[in-house]
Amino acid sequence: MHEWALAEAVISSALDFSKENRLKEIKEITVALGELQQIDREVFDFALSEIMKSKGLEFRVVLRRKKSLLKCKRCNEEWSFDTGKLNEQEKESIHFIPELVHDYQGCPKCGSPDFKILKGRGVWLDSIRGD
Amino acid sequence: MDPRTCVIKKRIEGIKRIIAVAGGKGGIGKSLVSSVMALNLSNMGYRVGLLDLDFSGPSAHLILGTGRSTQPREEKGVIPPTVCGIKFFSLVFYSGKKPSPLRGIDISNIIKEILCITRWGELDVLVIDMPPGMGDAILDPISLMDAEFLVVTTPSLVSVGTVSKFLSFLEESGTPSLGVLENMRIKETSRNFFGADFLGSIKLDLDLEKALGKPEKLMQTKFSSELREIMEKVF
Repeated sequence: MHEWALAEAVISSALDFSKENRLKEIKEITVALGELQQIDREVFDFALSEIMKSKGLEFRVVLRRKKSLLKCKRCNEEWSFDTGKLNEQEKESIHFIPELVHDYQGCPKCGSPDFKILKGRGVWLDSIRGD
Repeated sequence: MDPRTCVIKKRIEGIKRIIAVAGGKGGIGKSLVSSVMALNLSNMGYRVGLLDLDFSGPSAHLILGTGRSTQPREEKGVIPPTVCGIKFFSLVFYSGKKPSPLRGIDISNIIKEILCITRWGELDVLVIDMPPGMGDAILDPISLMDAEFLVVTTPSLVSVGTVSKFLSFLEESGTPSLGVLENMRIKETSRNFFGADFLGSIKLDLDLEKALGKPEKLMQTKFSSELREIMEKVF
């Protein structure tokens, strides 16, 4: 349950934001789940609710999948991450450390491993709504 | 908002002391100093961790001789495997023999991810094997953790030149330095380490190569015994 550690980070981050901005109450947070990290939504959702329960927190959590966008630094080709040709161990490695996509995949056009992750890397706290 | 940074302090709150072994230059023995220091600390009864942050040339796993079965465990994050009493983490657990061609932003992200998900628990010392250079892999740990730097050099002028810059950088950034360790000494020379504490020298040990990957043999090398003497000034 590596998702648990990231869920903890999301809740800590939301609470820190709420404290810094003197919010009386958090009403809703929106979390983007970048495609590259292949987060198990069910596990992540479960971790979030357990952590919130343990801290006596109640607010709405919106989870949104974010499509990835990668751009080759050599030929400027843009594409989205595809697990198609990866074996389980490779997918698992990218799940833990998304940047390891550079080890296992290259640009689909020129093959270069030198590309930029423009969108959809991992877990990101998109917005916090509160009073 | 990146949620990872705010949980990093919590992940390392059980660590009493973080020692980053660096030097700016490659090939000066940072990984050996880090790994053998961790082995010695473990033998001395310290609860010790070793984190290999050299993503381009990870070698602590080779020095410790970890096998394929050595893998982190998942439990509300990642629990580093224990090797010779050391809690050990390296990117190599996920990258294997594949090269990792990474730019600065990728290196920063990996460091944050590792620090966010790794559960070290209670440690007396976390030793970090730092990569060469003064880029993101050095700057990020400085901004994310309170690490003390142990600076390694060799007697070579090319190494000493880089170390002088590295020491200036530590001083200017207000980063604590434990001092300078001279590795691979061939003959007695006097060196001025620009005001930094000189911790001592380790003679070039030609038998060291044969002990790599065999922690018990490593502990019996002259390298290890000379490092132990230097460590007494730090611990």
